This record gives sequence, structure tokens and C-alpha cells, in this order.
Amino acid sequence: MKPPDPCRPATVLERADFPRLFEVLAGRGYQVVGPTVRDGAIVYDALDGPEQLPAGWTDEQDGGTYRLKRRADAALFGYVVGPHSWKKFLFPPEQRVFRAHRTADGFEVLPEEVAAPKLAFLGVRSCELHAIAIQDRVFLGGRFVDAAYQLRRANAFLIAVNCGQAGGTCFCASMHTGPKATTGYDLALTEILENGRHAFLIEAGSATGAEVLAELPHHPATAADTTAAEAATARATAHMGRSLDTRGIKDLLYRNPDHPRWKDVADRCLSCANCTMVCPTCFCSNVEDVTDLTGEHAERWRKWDSCFTLSFSHVTGGAVRPTVKARYRQWLTHKLASWIDQFGTSGCVGCGRCITWCPVAIDLTEEVRAIRESSPA
Amino acid sequence: MDPTIESPARPQPATEPMLPDPWRVERVHAETADTFSLELTPVGGPRPLAFSPGQFNMLYVFGVGEVPISISGNPEIESPLVHTTRIVGTVTRAMGKLKAGDLLGVRGPYGSGWPVDAAKGRDVVIVAGGLGLAPLRPLIHHLLAHRADYREIALLYGTRTPQDRIFRADLRRWTARRDLQAQVTVDRAVSGWTGHVGVVTKLVAHAPFDPSNTVAFVCGPEVMMRFTLQELQRRGVPPERSHLSLERNMKCAIGFCGHCQYGSMFVCKDGPVFRYDRVRSLMKVREL
Ligand SMILES: Cc1cc2nc3c(=O)[nH]c(=O)nc-3n(C[C@H](O)[C@H](O)[C@H](O)COP(=O)(O)OP(=O)(O)OC[C@H]3O[C@@H](n4cnc5c(N)ncnc54)[C@H](O)[C@@H]3O)c2cc1C
Ligand code: SF4
Ligand code: SF4
Ligand code: FES
Repeated sequence: MKPPDPCRPATVLERADFPRLFEVLAGRGYQVVGPTVRDGAIVYDALDGPEQLPAGWTDEQDGGTYRLKRRADAALFGYVVGPHSWKKFLFPPEQRVFRAHRTADGFEVLPEEVAAPKLAFLGVRSCELHAIAIQDRVFLGGRFVDAAYQLRRANAFLIAVNCGQAGGTCFCASMHTGPKATTGYDLALTEILENGRHAFLIEAGSATGAEVLAELPHHPATAADTTAAEAATARATAHMGRSLDTRGIKDLLYRNPDHPRWKDVADRCLSCANCTMVCPTCFCSNVEDVTDLTGEHAERWRKWDSCFTLSFSHVTGGAVRPTVKARYRQWLTHKLASWIDQFGTSGCVGCGRCITWCPVAIDLTEEVRAIRESSPA
Repeated sequence: MDPTIESPARPQPATEPMLPDPWRVERVHAETADTFSLELTPVGGPRPLAFSPGQFNMLYVFGVGEVPISISGNPEIESPLVHTTRIVGTVTRAMGKLKAGDLLGVRGPYGSGWPVDAAKGRDVVIVAGGLGLAPLRPLIHHLLAHRADYREIALLYGTRTPQDRIFRADLRRWTARRDLQAQVTVDRAVSGWTGHVGVVTKLVAHAPFDPSNTVAFVCGPEVMMRFTLQELQRRGVPPERSHLSLERNMKCAIGFCGHCQYGSMFVCKDGPVFRYDRVRSLMKVREL
């Protein structure tokens, strides 16, 4: 663990002063987006104030199940990740690429103006910071740059929250992506709830973060505060619901395209694509061309897509991956193996969403374990 | 690693990567009953699209959709831009209805090209099946324009029937040349056909090249390429001097949509032209 930086003493924001965070961000032109309860789950949406946060709620997660429960306290961040991820703000599920109109001698293509409001993401978990960093590599790190993503990303202010508990399907400790935020945030909060005291340890991770912090009422942390924050992280680390042995995982999967387990999982998988829709790193998209009734105006839309659909691999003559076996293998091998070759990092941050939201409780950590246990050396 | 086989700096699109640029259809040429070539010039002044042989463009038919199509014209001349397309589905059918004067959206060029430098000072064997000749045609133009840089050049071309041959005027010119050994074969002959009969892979065994000093370029249906590469290897052309062009579903051509993945490769940016030794193990996996 990093020793506390003596030049930047740990700082505390009292719960009573927490609403000020919204005011300061609004003053800087940010719309806050963050967790809120809707339809029985904690989702990410625009928030007008702290009263919309899921105070006093927690979640219970396992393969194929997600349930909200009341907590004994009024914690604002006492849960883990839900079905949404920040991906929907940076890489929207549907975005128009261009509009085109017929003209006297053909057609013209009108470039799209990107709407990139200044958003403050409140409550970004460590695994989610890593997921954002991974999508940064996909959309910004290559030969081509996704200009719309770049603009949205530049306009996002990230407020991390260090997890004080882990969920039933979490395994960020295995993926070295959490539970404590170490990089990539503007501000980081650790919620302290002890002996009737409710406060947040708050750290700045960027110059803008430091400016926002300077505008907030804050005071130096006591030794007890830092101890409580460290205990929260230790608690989360100790209670990961899942684990994944990543040793040699790339070669393990590359070596096993014909492992019988792929057939076994394909017999259970519904090819519903839920896992890819909830995954914070999955980046695949499709395009759709539409015209109005007159045929004078056309639009091209880019929409989230999934390697689990049959049409995904369509070429003239049929799909390259007609079987669910080939599609599940593609997904898992991409996530945990070929992603490393493509982007220098795993495509999985151990958030557990794909396990929780799979209708038949397929668990990638289990699938990898089964392959590892019976892999020819 | 053979340094000459690394991909050279390749031409890049000049426009916004996701936006098609309207080009005017100057001429439509019917190659076969279902295949046509379009000659295109940029709208609003000269904006030539420099490309390497083997690269492709994304072609957008207004309101219908966008598909990857290889550039099939001569890379040595600036204009026109040529694409040769077979009608197989929605977008290509709509493209086949375009007439001179109509507009087509173009963005590109994308992907890797045939590594011509790797072939300098060596024999070259080009094996094409059906429409696979389209991405190889700029390569042939390039080799002939720089003829002195290469030793023997053999072109082996196979189609199902004589009617399926594309670029027939070129084929006539090429077969007449003495510095290019061009052989055409058809799977099924019809009356009047006096050339080879049989699959193109059969021609590899006796083609005029020295396997110990040959670079091979192969494009066609995937099964045809598998058998051709097998035959080339049997004759002694090593996988690291054999190249092929792969086809996968493509929605973006710039590495964002994920559709073209092939193992750890993105066919749109790491390919479509691959050195055979880099994909040989992948080609053994079914439904990859
Ligand atoms: C690098 C490269 C170079 C190529 N060069 C050439 C060339 O020079 N000449 C040539 O003729 N062809 C070439 N092709 C092949 C050409 O791109 C296809 O023939 C073309 O995309 C077919 O489009 P279509 O709409 O006419 O056919 P379709 O088969 O109707 O549709 C093809 C596209 O529509 C989508 N689609 C089809 N069915 C569905 C469905 N059920 N659900 C969702 N989406 C669907 C697919 O995703 C696919 O991309 C090349 C391909 C690649 C990858
Ligand atoms: S693969 Fe599953 S656990 Fe890994 S990042 Fe995606 S949703 Fe989370
Ligand atoms: S693994 Fe589960 S969530 Fe993913 S496609 Fe299969 S059934 Fe759906
Ligand atoms: S075509 Fe979209 S990633 Fe290759």
C-alpha cells in the first residue's frame, strides 16, 4: 500500500458538507451523473443532488441474481456496481455518425456535431476507472482516434469511490484493478461510517480535482479517519465473491480452442448478449443506415453490438461463427487473451457484471477454472 | 525476422475517418453477368486517393449502406479510382444500379497492402480465384510498371467458367506478354474454351518460378487459398514468403467496431493482407 503523502495530508469532507460538492461542480458547469435507485437496481443517471443517491441501500449479487436490500446505516455508496456502466456516457449505446441529403446532382454528407456535455461522474469504482482506461486505449490509442469519444472523455470529471465492501460476483483483486482507486481519477472518496460519524476521506488526483477540493469545506484527517479508510479497503479485498487465476491465461486460452468445455458452456448459453451489454469494456458496434419515407434524407447510426449475435460475423456465404460454442469462445478468448495482444491489457476488470446479469448464471471465472483444470499442458 | 517483409508506411485516408466523401461515377463497366467495375473521380476538383496495391475502401451507397471493396485500379495513375464489385446482397445490388453521373461515398484507403518490396529481386507467383483477382490487379500493374525489379512473374487465375473471368482485356494483354507468364484455368469448360480446365491450385505444381527465391501473393475464396498455400508449400515456397488477403465482416475499417477480429488480429487494420506464417495457426481453428 502507498504510504500517505506527507506533502498532501489526508483530507476529510464531512457528510453534512457533501451537498457542497454538487454546488461546486454545478458552479463549474458540470452535470453530475451517478448511482440512483430505479426499477429495483442501482443505475447511473443524472443527479440533481445527493438526495437522489441510494442512501441506505445495498445490493446482493450472485450468478444470475441481483437484489437490493436496506442497510442498517445511511451510507451513500454502500453497494457495488449495477447493470449500468459509465460506458453509456462516453460511448453511447446509439450515436448518429452522419446525416446525408439528396442534392440536385447526387448527395451530400453532413458531419455530425458531437454533444459532449461536461459531466461529473460521481461514484466511479476502481474497476470502472480501469475499464475507462481500457476503452481509452481502444478508441484513442490506435492509428485512428474516435473524435466523439475523445471529446466526451475530455469533458468528464471522474470522482472515484473506494469500495468498502465487495460484491458476490466481484473479483477485481484477482485482476489487480481494485478495490482502491490508484490512478485515473480527479477526486477519490472513501466513505467513513463509524461510531455515529459519517464523513469522506477525499483526495485529489488531478489539478482540476485539487481546484474542486479547494472550493470544498475540508479539514485534515485524524489518524482514526485514515485507519478507518484503510480498514474499508482491507474489508473489500478480503470479501471478493469470486476469484480468477490469471497466470498464463493468454496461452491457456490460445492453447485450448478445441477444449470440450466450450461445448459444455454453449449448451447452457442462450446467446442473449446480456454479458456484452453490461460489460464496461466491450466496445463492439454495428452501423445502421436509415432513410425517411421520401428517400431524400438518410442517416447512419452506430449502435452497440455483440459478438454473440449470428449476424456479427456475417460474410457472403454465411456467418463465420454459426455456433454458440464459437461465439462464447470468441468472447471469452477476446476478453482474457487476445485483448492483451491487441491493447496491452486484459479486457476484463473483474467487475462481475457478466456473471450477475447472465440469465443462466454462466460465470467466466468458473469456465476458465474448468479449462485450466483439464487443459493439456 | 525478414525486415523487408514488414509493412511499409501505408497511405491513409485524408478525410474524417467515419465520413464518406462523395465521388462521381464516370463509367460503369460490366465484367461478368454479376460483376461490374466503377471508375470514380472526386467531386469538386482533384483529390486523388493514393493507395498501395491490396488496400480497400469503404463504399457508401446513399441511404442503403456501406461495404468494404478492394481497390482494383492502376496505382501508378492518379485517376480514376476503380472498384470491381460482385452483386451478392443489399448494398452491392444497389451499387450495381449506379450509372455514370451518380455519386458514391468513398472513405479510405484502409488496411495493409501486398508487400511489394519483399518481392524485389525474386520470382513472383500470383494466384487468384474468381473475384480475388480484383485486389491483385493493382499489384500486377505495379510489378509491370517496375518490371526490372523482379525476376520471373507468374499469374495463375482460375474461375468457375470462362464467363466468370473479370478484366478480360487485361488478361488478353497479360497473356500476350513475354515478361509475364499468365495462365488462366476454368473449373468447367464450355464449347470454344481452349485453355486449361481444372482448379487453379493444380497450376501451382508446374508454374515457372524458383521456389527457393519466390514470393507468393494469393487471393480468392478461403478454401481456394488454403489449398493454394498447401501447394505452394509443397513446392517449397516458405510461409513467410507467402501472402494472402482475408475477408471478414467489416463495419468501420478503423479498428472500432470489432467485427473483423481474427484471433488477436483486426483484419481491417492488421490485414486484409497477411503473411501466411502469421495466420497459419489461426487458419487451422474452425469458426474462428
Ligand atoms: C477487405 C475486403 C475487400 C473486399 N473486396 C471486395 C471486392 O473487391 N469486390 C467485391 O465484390 N467484394 C469485396 N469484398 C466483399 C464485400 O464486402 C461483400 O460482398 C459485401 O459486403 C456484401 O454486401 P451486401 O450488402 O451486398 O451483401 P449482404 O450479404 O446482404 O450483406 C453484407 C453486409 O450486410 C450485413 N448483413 C447481412 N445480413 C445481415 C443480417 N441478417 N443482420 C445484420 N447484418 C447483416 C453484414 O453484416 C454484411 O456486412 C471485400 C470484403 C473485404 C472484407
Ligand atoms: S468480462 Fe465480466 S467481469 Fe470482466 S469486465 Fe466484463 S462484465 Fe466485468
Ligand atoms: S454468457 Fe450468459 S449473458 Fe452472455 S450471452 Fe450467454 S446466456 Fe447471455
Ligand atoms: S472493421 Fe471494424 S474493427 Fe475492423
